[in-house]
Amino acid sequence: MLIDWFTVSAQAVNFLVLVWLLKRFLYKPILGAIDKREKRIAAQLAAAEEEKAEAQKERDEFFRKKNELEGQRQALLSKAEEEAEARRLQLLEEARQESDSLRRRRLENLRNEQLSLSREMIRRTRQEVFAIARKALAELAGADLEARMVEVFIHRLRNLSGSEKDRLTSAFKGATRPALVRSTYDLPREKRAAIESTVGEWFAGPVRIRFETAPDQVSGIELAVNGNKVAWSIADYLSSLEKSVAELLEKKAGPGLQAGVDEHGD
Amino acid sequence: MHLSPDELILWQHGFFKLNSTIVTTWGLMLVLTCGAKLITRNLASEVNVSNWQSLLEIIVMAIKKQIEDVGTDRPEKYLGFLGTLFLFIAAANLCTIFPGYEPPTGSLSTTAGLAICVFVAVPLFGIEDRGLRGYLKTYLKPTSFMLPFNIIGEISRTLALAIRLFGNMMSGTMILAILLTITPFIFPIVMSVLGLLTGMVQAYIFSILATVYIAAATQIHQDLNP
Repeated sequence: MLIDWFTVSAQAVNFLVLVWLLKRFLYKPILGAIDKREKRIAAQLAAAEEEKAEAQKERDEFFRKKNELEGQRQALLSKAEEEAEARRLQLLEEARQESDSLRRRRLENLRNEQLSLSREMIRRTRQEVFAIARKALAELAGADLEARMVEVFIHRLRNLSGSEKDRLTSAFKGATRPALVRSTYDLPREKRAAIESTVGEWFAGPVRIRFETAPDQVSGIELAVNGNKVAWSIADYLSSLEKSVAELLEKKAGPGLQAGVDEHGD
Repeated sequence: MHLSPDELILWQHGFFKLNSTIVTTWGLMLVLTCGAKLITRNLASEVNVSNWQSLLEIIVMAIKKQIEDVGTDRPEKYLGFLGTLFLFIAAANLCTIFPGYEPPTGSLSTTAGLAICVFVAVPLFGIEDRGLRGYLKTYLKPTSFMLPFNIIGEISRTLALAIRLFGNMMSGTMILAILLTITPFIFPIVMSVLGLLTGMVQAYIFSILATVYIAAATQIHQDLNP
């Protein structure tokens, strides 16, 4: 008999006991250890994941801040550029204004120089003209310039128009002070007498006349009474001469002056 | 020369007796339990574990994986039963390398005991999984005419389990014994190696068939409620 039923039942029981024993001492501890390890690894992985996420967050934060700083830097840079540009324009404007004022001052100086030059020329011309006229009169007419001047003045007095004569007559009459004759040179006695007699002819009587020498003020002879005047003066001629000389100077000096101004303006 | 280790009786008192099969089984049980106890005494849940613990983990996880691959949904539940089945048969068969050792699996009583355990365990797991009515209904599938064939199939496969393991192990031992008398050198070693292989294969076949039966008893349930 191959089958012994006692052994069969004994082996079945033995097997069931072994199942219990191995469950107790093998499967449970081993599976428990594996489970624990898996949980531990899972926890570590989760922690690592969390740290990674944290790192990623920090990285994002870092990049955000970096971009922000970059933006601020750009803003500051552009602001500084704008300020520099504004400052440059301001400095340019100031320089331009300064150069303008310099040019104006230069022009002003040039004009003043021109003016004083022309005045000096007028003064010299006047002196020269007198000198020439005097010499010419002395040489050509045989009389000196003063005599001729007085003659011309007397001639003018005699040939005054009616209205002028009336005005002067009334002035003489209303005058409280004696009439004043001013001349460039001291007049000789006979010339003074001639003038007095000429004026006296108007009133048919002597008149009181005071004679004065004023070489700088009058370029000829001038009779002034109570605010009215009759005069012969080289200044009349000189003024037309002055005008023509001034025009000539303007014409001659103009382009040169303009060129000088342009040169300094640039 | 005896056909089964059952025949070597060490102690007898009426119906009760201690034969070589039972004593060897106890020895194997002692070795397996003590080995497991020794190794699992200082289990580490760290990443670095001892070689012995790694070995046990590999074995346990391989068995678990195998049970899972067959198609059971909760391998941990059947691991105790099926794993022990495999470990016991494997250990019993591997010990044939020791001279004078007679494997308990070479006894029809042992294989019949194991087959009866499977025969009882399959309906128990099935009933636990889907209830008594649900399990009994499987005998009427696909039609109620199949009931006798299903019952016959249930019994015959249990018989086949017992006979297959017994035949293989008994024949291996017998062949080795016969060869030792004919050609005492070299050839018995080769046959011994072949016997080890056969033993492992039989352990695998026995336990995988038990797994398949249990999986089949619970699979319909899964199909119905995926």
